[in-house]
Amino acid sequence: MLKQTEGSRAVAEAVAMCRPQVICAYPITPQTHIVEALSAMVKTGDLEAEFLNVESEFAAMSVAIGASAAGARAYTATASQGLLFMSEAVYNAAGLGLPIVMTVANRAIGAPINIWNDHSDSMSQRDAGWLQLFAETNQEALDLHIQAFRIAEELSIPVMVCMDGFLLTHASERVDIPDPGQVDAFLPRYDPRQVLDPDDPVSIGAMVGPEAFTEVRYLAYERMRQSLGVIEAAAAGFAEQFGRDSGGLVRPYRTEDAEIIVVALGSVLGTVKDTVDELRAGGRKIGVLGITTFRPFPADAVREALGGARHVVVLERALAPGSGGIVTSDVRTALVGRSTHISTVIAGLGGRAVTRKSLCALLQAEDLQPLTFLDLDTGLVDRELARMRTARRSGPSPENMLRDLGITASGIG
Amino acid sequence: MPYQRIKFYQTGSFAVGNRLLADEQRSVQSGAQRSNALTCGHRACQGCGEALGARYALDAVLRATNGKMIAVNATGCLEVFSTPFPETSWQIAWLHSLFGNAPAVASGVAAALKAMGRTDIRVVGQGGDGGTVDIGFACLSGMFERNDDVLYICYDNQAYMNTGVQRSGATPPAARTATTQAVGREPGNRFGQGKSAPLIAMAHEIPYVATATVADLRDLEYKATRAMDFHGARYLHILVPCPLGWGSAPADTVKVARLATESGLFPVFEAETGEVVSSTPIRHRVPVTEYLRIQARYAHLFRPEERTEVIEKIQAAADRNIRRFGLMPDVTERAEVLASATAESPGKQ
Amino acid sequence: MFQVRFHGRGGQGVVTAAELLASAAFSEGRHAQAFPSFGSERMGAPVMSFCRIDDKPIRTHEPVTEPDALIIQDATLLHQADLFAGLGREGYMLINSARGFGELGLGDFVTDFHRDRLLVVPASSLALTHLGRPLPGAALLGGFAALTWAVSLDAVLAAISEKFAGPVAEGNARAARAAFAFVRDEREALTDA
Repeated sequence: MLKQTEGSRAVAEAVAMCRPQVICAYPITPQTHIVEALSAMVKTGDLEAEFLNVESEFAAMSVAIGASAAGARAYTATASQGLLFMSEAVYNAAGLGLPIVMTVANRAIGAPINIWNDHSDSMSQRDAGWLQLFAETNQEALDLHIQAFRIAEELSIPVMVCMDGFLLTHASERVDIPDPGQVDAFLPRYDPRQVLDPDDPVSIGAMVGPEAFTEVRYLAYERMRQSLGVIEAAAAGFAEQFGRDSGGLVRPYRTEDAEIIVVALGSVLGTVKDTVDELRAGGRKIGVLGITTFRPFPADAVREALGGARHVVVLERALAPGSGGIVTSDVRTALVGRSTHISTVIAGLGGRAVTRKSLCALLQAEDLQPLTFLDLDTGLVDRELARMRTARRSGPSPENMLRDLGITASGIG
Repeated sequence: MPYQRIKFYQTGSFAVGNRLLADEQRSVQSGAQRSNALTCGHRACQGCGEALGARYALDAVLRATNGKMIAVNATGCLEVFSTPFPETSWQIAWLHSLFGNAPAVASGVAAALKAMGRTDIRVVGQGGDGGTVDIGFACLSGMFERNDDVLYICYDNQAYMNTGVQRSGATPPAARTATTQAVGREPGNRFGQGKSAPLIAMAHEIPYVATATVADLRDLEYKATRAMDFHGARYLHILVPCPLGWGSAPADTVKVARLATESGLFPVFEAETGEVVSSTPIRHRVPVTEYLRIQARYAHLFRPEERTEVIEKIQAAADRNIRRFGLMPDVTERAEVLASATAESPGKQ
Repeated sequence: MFQVRFHGRGGQGVVTAAELLASAAFSEGRHAQAFPSFGSERMGAPVMSFCRIDDKPIRTHEPVTEPDALIIQDATLLHQADLFAGLGREGYMLINSARGFGELGLGDFVTDFHRDRLLVVPASSLALTHLGRPLPGAALLGGFAALTWAVSLDAVLAAISEKFAGPVAEGNARAARAAFAFVRDEREALTDA
């Protein structure tokens, strides 16, 4: 049924239709509307589940671990600092092979504290052993949660559904909310591969030493590779059941004859598509490749999609200090052996708007540096560097720069 | 009742006999059909109080729940020595997640069982003092505050033993640990620090809080069983001496635990909804020195010279416990308490 | 695509207004996107929200920098820098005020625009009258419908009854109708003049 609703609300309705049995969450901007909506549904009885208001994100993931190990379908949501706070448990859940589904409402990581969107939070957990799926629209965000439970339970691997904080969570868009019957047909009851059962007791979570650790990790690596096929199959099954393309590994747009292809994740793809259309109208042979599944990295699919392009521009909403791009590294590995020129553009950090105007200018520039920060205010940076050169006690850089800008609360973007 | 008025002792020992008792009064451990939740083959040190305490407590819970129990274990000695891959000495459904989250994981298991309509299965969360009062404290408090249906058991050996005997929030004053060494002007752990997990549990006004030691099997079994009469959050704090960390003889584990209670340093009591409802009286009061002398972690209080002022402070803490928890009910007047204390430690004012 | 930017203060229902507009467009079978300028603002701080309306799916998520219409819910924001940023010469503006553009100190400003596209409506007092609370959002949308015809009054009323219930819905609907009539009359007066 078509509805005009906030992204968080759409996700909450989708999650509710997946019949989670234990929902546990700790509030953090910008995930709050999702868990608030779910808590109301549980309270009214519209959703039969146990809802725990936990004392921290670490507790949230821990409760999910216990619930999943006991055989219940478990769900939680977080962002940014919260994801870091539960990091130990995030790795633990993957290592224990528990099919927990978690929404990450992508938000920047501090310091400096920042509540707006970028991908640094999800990127920080890319090696934790979770599947990471990135939604382009609110429709895809709700669809991915339904697919996520099925994928996770088939593989016994937890899944992180990433959706841009504020840009998707707090945006009201038109979505097609599925019918509960359709979801039930697509998503069977959770049948655990391992479960805590007094009638058939097992010990879960033993210590593993050098004699077997490598093999345990190899198995995890192997299952991650196999998950590529499971993800594609889930997307195909979803299309059959619900009648639309959602999820999968990658989503190419006008890449067939493209000389330049932009690679990106998440909601920025919408703006990039508008940019591509504008540049195409002007005669540029340009396309965009959306990466929907970031972990495992779909190297073969990426390699194929980037086919004949001579120049690939990876647009990243996160940064690896001391290294550069994050997605770029994976793209580069996927293109080993090709002579494709690859550029990294760091954009949209901490919620800075990525605009069609800036992208058009960037993509029409003659020589793109290997690494560019889109819309960087070099003057602001230079003035802070000058302050640091002239005085030892130069003060905290972020605050100095804010003062320099004379920031008020009503600035746009 | 927390203690028996009539006990039949085997001559020359403290062991409480079963032969003369009716079946239902015999301890769980004395039964040939006991569950042995933690069975033999684990890698604990000789004389490990925790291995003893865990088996005592869980066997009692298993009897009370007809075997329908799931245990969640924090990282620590118990978890490490009980599950050396590829073996496990647990004969129960058991989950280990992380160091600091056992109470939260247990809450999750309980929520799942409730959601699945399996409230016949009960949940126990367990861990050492470090995992309970320090790194797991927020999760413990959250579990208490939500009144989740979990019995949490803390096996308190008063330091981070698994990692090499480092100080925890449960380490008593003056005790030597690897991070509160017996050097300098104030050797050992500082005075004025530390927290009482049982009192904090009581402050949450949860249905049941109790303390116990491995020196009194029946009392421990009673408390574990009693805890299962309640639903909601429950807390059991068990003193489990660690021969390695405490520097006591492996054969002395039960004796050391008994001296802890008989000196008044470890009060044994029960509380319901935040109020003490019973306490185990001290049978033969001993001065704290008797307890301290047989542990090398307190050796610096006696050699090269006796540190009387430090010992007196420890004695004062014991006296306070006795008064506060009513551990010597026949000696109710404050003067008498002080008098008996003075009589036992000469030089004290 | 038609893009609207709302200006107001935290607590005045600026976000709700954008969502109502999106809902109105949705009820007419169009695509719409509404989102706030996110921040940690508290009550009383200046806030913005945005709404885009189009006949095809809206892909972009960048802020609205070139609005086709501005809705100013709080006239005390008027002399804030950059309030009108991006509004083109063909643009519309609706200000929640009982005073005219001249009285508001914007007499010179209006000369760059179509005179009949910059209007005021006393939305807060209409809301007070019909709803009992000075929440001007619904009324402003009624006025907006009369000003731009980007959505119809019926669509606005449909959105109101979808979002609110009982006396609140009725009050908002009455305020919206009153504002619609007010703005329609104001426009006619200017066109005739």
